[in-house]
Amino acid sequence: MADQEERVPVMQQVLDNPFLLLFLGITVPTVLYIVWGVMEVANIAVAR
Amino acid sequence: MATTYRICPRSGLQFDTDAEKLMRWNAVAGVLALLLGGIMALGVILTRWPAVHLLPADQFYLALTSHGINMLLFWIIFFEMAVLYFASSTLLHCRLATPKIAWAGFWLMAIGAIMTNVAIFQGESSVMFTSYVPMQAKPHFYLGLILFAVGALIGCFVFLGTLVVAKAEKTYEGSIPLVTFGALTAAIIAIFTIASGAVILIPTFLWSLGYIREIDTIMYRVVWWAMGHSSQQINVSAHVAIWYAGAAIVFGAKPMSEKVSRSAFLLYILFLQLASAHHLLSDPGVGSEWKVVNTSYFMYFAVLASMIHGMTIPGAIEQAQRAKGYNKGLFEWLRKAPWGNPAFSAVFLSLVGFGFLGGISGVMMGTEQLNLLIHNTIYVPGHFHATVVIGTTLAFMGLTYFLVPVLFKREVLFPGFAKLQPYLFGLSMYVVALVMMGAGTLGVSRRHWDMAFAGSGMAYEWPGAAYLMMGLTGIFGVIAIIGGAGWILQVVLSLLFGKKLDDGETRSTPIPLTLPPQTGGHAAHVATPGTMVLALVFLVSFILYYFVNWKYLSSLWGMA
Ligand code: HEM
Ligand SMILES: [Cu+2]
Repeated sequence: MADQEERVPVMQQVLDNPFLLLFLGITVPTVLYIVWGVMEVANIAVAR
Repeated sequence: MATTYRICPRSGLQFDTDAEKLMRWNAVAGVLALLLGGIMALGVILTRWPAVHLLPADQFYLALTSHGINMLLFWIIFFEMAVLYFASSTLLHCRLATPKIAWAGFWLMAIGAIMTNVAIFQGESSVMFTSYVPMQAKPHFYLGLILFAVGALIGCFVFLGTLVVAKAEKTYEGSIPLVTFGALTAAIIAIFTIASGAVILIPTFLWSLGYIREIDTIMYRVVWWAMGHSSQQINVSAHVAIWYAGAAIVFGAKPMSEKVSRSAFLLYILFLQLASAHHLLSDPGVGSEWKVVNTSYFMYFAVLASMIHGMTIPGAIEQAQRAKGYNKGLFEWLRKAPWGNPAFSAVFLSLVGFGFLGGISGVMMGTEQLNLLIHNTIYVPGHFHATVVIGTTLAFMGLTYFLVPVLFKREVLFPGFAKLQPYLFGLSMYVVALVMMGAGTLGVSRRHWDMAFAGSGMAYEWPGAAYLMMGLTGIFGVIAIIGGAGWILQVVLSLLFGKKLDDGETRSTPIPLTLPPQTGGHAAHVATPGTMVLALVFLVSFILYYFVNWKYLSSLWGMA
């Protein structure tokens, strides 16, 4: 049996935390794709 | 109502009774959507086959809309709900978190799917699955999609809830199994997908009702593709999870390295969704920095992840086979694989076709400069039939051969056909994908009712090869439809008339899961030279194809 005191590596802690992964999986594309993309489109001057 | 568990005598798997019923209903709903989408495929293919040119224009676009939506959304996502419940409740030996809410999700999805189909078949909603504004469908077209999406979102949260329950009730120790981790990846991407879908479809719905004056067309495309592309990445994560499951079920293969495979899934979570930008590479309004950052720098991490999966799965199979003594030469392990077992052949054809046809063409198209070679040509459906049909659909079909006895407790009828089906459907789809890409390289448009432009003063003289390839698309498309229809028929008849198999023991408490210890649990280090050779063949094809297209780009606008 694994020693209770054994330190779990950081990377494994990240991979074992579904809600942290959920947070990352939503934030990264929201910022890089949606927010950045929408800002570019919103900055196009409207023709009059 | 107390939860009960059935222990399947054929697989040793343990099913929460509620979860099991949900899996069955979701899978069946998916197959119904596949049936409808498949009938529509016949209309589409027989119209795009120039010598046949079956349907009039309005019916063609109706069929194309129904084909795209039923296949890409309804078939795949219903089936994925079954996969999520399986990967959480069954694989973790745990009760499903909230069965009642899960049923509510299912019914929302079902009502939504029916509503959207009704709108399509009433006509006046032939906007295709992308429903680009300013084309406008009837309000219930969008409302159906929204209900379907909310239902699917509920499914994702029930999945997450089940992970929490399993952890709290200690049905497993340490980390969740790799297949469940793959399903978690799919669920996370699904949540982003559905949220983006809501952001764009709700205003579009209000616009179709007349409450909003206009929807900006570029804005629509940016946000819509956050859903449209990401939903494909749900599929990728789900079918990769199924590849791992297939290797484990058929060969008892253990992942070569849990750490590497999980990290590859993490790359999916972080980067796969950014590739949405490749749908806008030829669009005005968004700048090159945004395009290049999203589709190149970051997206290549996701490509790397796919290549990792594409290597570690055959690698794990090779290790398992070599351990059984199939050690001769480079490829005895592969030659002696159970090619007659559809659960294996479907996974293998899915993996190879996804990688070689879908993966290589996808990276080519996803390059900003090369994209304009094939933008809006039939190359694009050629590419994604290699991903969603050969990759996802074929993997789901293979898994179903395993699920019929295990989940539906029926013997598969016509086992002889089952042996052939993955080849019939899969290989003909390989050809369809290739010839569509060929025709697209020559410039044949996608979503075009009549490539001949008959009677339109500005006809274009296609090279004969373009007609030839569209003709081959027609012929092999029909063969693929026969392979798909055969599968549906076989599954439905087996569910109805296959020999009933015994249920196995039913108990009121689950048997806890015993996972192999994390350290030293992976397969002993057996070298995998065969997989190495396959990977090198892949890389060489990749590089050649990529550079051929740059060459092609350089000669596209001859100035003679
Ligand atoms: C069974 C054999 C199938 C055949 C012969 C077939 C054939 C085709 C063809 C020729 C097109 C392009 C039409 C055009 O752009 O003019 C098309 C579009 C499409 N197909 Fe399939 N398909 C099949 C199965 C599937 C499956 C299983 C899926 C998804 C899982 C799928 C998803 C799509 C989608 C999303 C489109 C795009 C529709 C659009 O452009 O709006 N197809 N199909
Ligand atoms: Cu995409």
